[in-house]
Amino acid sequence: MSDDDDLILSDLNDDELVDQMKDDLYDGMKEEIEEAVRILLERNWTPYDILTKSLVAGMQIVGDDFRDGILFVPEVLLAANAMKGGMAILKPLLVETGAPKMGKMVIGTVKGDIHDIGKNLVAMMMEGAGFEIVDLGINNPAEDYIGALQSEDAQILGMSALLTTTMPYMKVVIDQLTEMGKRDDYIVLVGGAPLNAEFGKAIGADAYCDDAAIAVQTAKELMARKHNVAG
Amino acid sequence: MSDALSKLLATRDWLMADGATGTTLFNMGLQSGDAPEFWNVDEIAKITALYKGAVDAGSDIFLTNTFGGNASRLKLHDAQNRVRELNRAGAEIGREVADKAGRPVIVAGSVGPTGDIMAPMGTLTHELAVEMFHEQAEGLKEGGADVLWVETISAPEEFKAAAEAFRLADMPWCGTMSFDTAGRSMMGVTSAELANMVEKIPNGPLAYGANCGVGSSDLLRTVLGFSGQGHARPIIAKGNAGIPKYHEGHIHYDGTPELMADYACMARDSGATIIGGCCGTTPEHLSAMREALETRPRGEKPTLDEIAAKLGGFSSESDGTDNKGPSARGRTGRRR
Repeated sequence: MSDDDDLILSDLNDDELVDQMKDDLYDGMKEEIEEAVRILLERNWTPYDILTKSLVAGMQIVGDDFRDGILFVPEVLLAANAMKGGMAILKPLLVETGAPKMGKMVIGTVKGDIHDIGKNLVAMMMEGAGFEIVDLGINNPAEDYIGALQSEDAQILGMSALLTTTMPYMKVVIDQLTEMGKRDDYIVLVGGAPLNAEFGKAIGADAYCDDAAIAVQTAKELMARKHNVAG
Repeated sequence: MSDALSKLLATRDWLMADGATGTTLFNMGLQSGDAPEFWNVDEIAKITALYKGAVDAGSDIFLTNTFGGNASRLKLHDAQNRVRELNRAGAEIGREVADKAGRPVIVAGSVGPTGDIMAPMGTLTHELAVEMFHEQAEGLKEGGADVLWVETISAPEEFKAAAEAFRLADMPWCGTMSFDTAGRSMMGVTSAELANMVEKIPNGPLAYGANCGVGSSDLLRTVLGFSGQGHARPIIAKGNAGIPKYHEGHIHYDGTPELMADYACMARDSGATIIGGCCGTTPEHLSAMREALETRPRGEKPTLDEIAAKLGGFSSESDGTDNKGPSARGRTGRRR
């Protein structure tokens, strides 16, 4: 630890720097991530390459270790915070350069549920994987979810609930989409501590996601499938 | 040791706590999204029935319907200014039920998490958390709770903030965390870490332990982790009745009364003194647990294999106390 300060990021070659960024993301070192992003920009990396090869790749490791019970929520929050620092620099540049988009997700906890820690983690990890996030916060009635899906032209709906008393509300939202004839327009992902795959199936969601890393993986898979059907 | 729970603990070598509050109220008609705490004022008969269900099934301790009764959670229902009233009301109904029981029954004032992440990771400061828990504690105390009972906590900072609030309210207390993430709390706390942490709290709890989480097997592994630390403080086991299943608009837990009876005795053998259920545990489950605890002899501490054979497998290979868990990945960068 003592020679932390001795490391000069700009002295590293590209490969070394990207490896270092993965470590620094893992350790939640926001300033170092911001500095490394700027260095790569100066070296004429495209914003999209920086996003995918350093930030997304690094968050993938964080996500895997979270899934495997090596990292826990505090470490993931720190890593996501560091990632956000890098994203803040890249975001305007990504828009300017017309980088490819992964997809857009509307996310929030359901009506009556204020427990948003899991939801926030999913939002951060999805953003870390290159998705655009529309975060509706807590306590969302069906009309808010559906309104945002339409006005934001999103492809994915993510609903979160922590309580056994709020979980069934997810079905209310899905039923409403079905009634409107719009259920198949969206990928619906649900998550939350008391849930399981069987529950997700029973209420008509596309998938139940055990944790934030699995949410990212599932969203990627289902988006790819959607593109295949469309194309 | 003048408080009612200490007295009861001095005369008995196990006590039975209650079962589910949330899932039981849901079955009584609570609508998804509504605040259960409002029923302490609006549906007194139903809350009386909830408490009485546990007492009649043999519970020595029951928790009040005040789990979400802190300002942070009641704010969602625009009731952040009703903290004291709703907690007092919830405890008052409990006091009445307990006093009519004809035997010593403890009213435990339930205090759930704020739902916020504590600083520096999140926005909730220690001072604010203490203030919120203190406000709730005073309401429960006024309503006649014998003991305060913080539960389903995942962050050590929040557990300590509750302890400080209970000291300010000058009340004895119990505390449980929820171990639902690879055998640890969501914030990564292991069973051994909680056992050692409570020993360092100046106004330590009368008892500590685990509630909710994944299934009954995981919960017993957690209890073994507590008792393995060798402290004398009584241990609480309040596990869910199996795993939630969705059935025609309702959540149903798949654990049978027989399974919970086995779980109760194994919890006692594992070192727990206060044994109850959590989500999905009905009076029917509690009756079976009580009967088993009264009639079955104590046994040896079960091994993890025996627990898995009787109650089902674990949700993760390790719970972080055995050094057998997955190890951190190797570093690729230069910074060490």
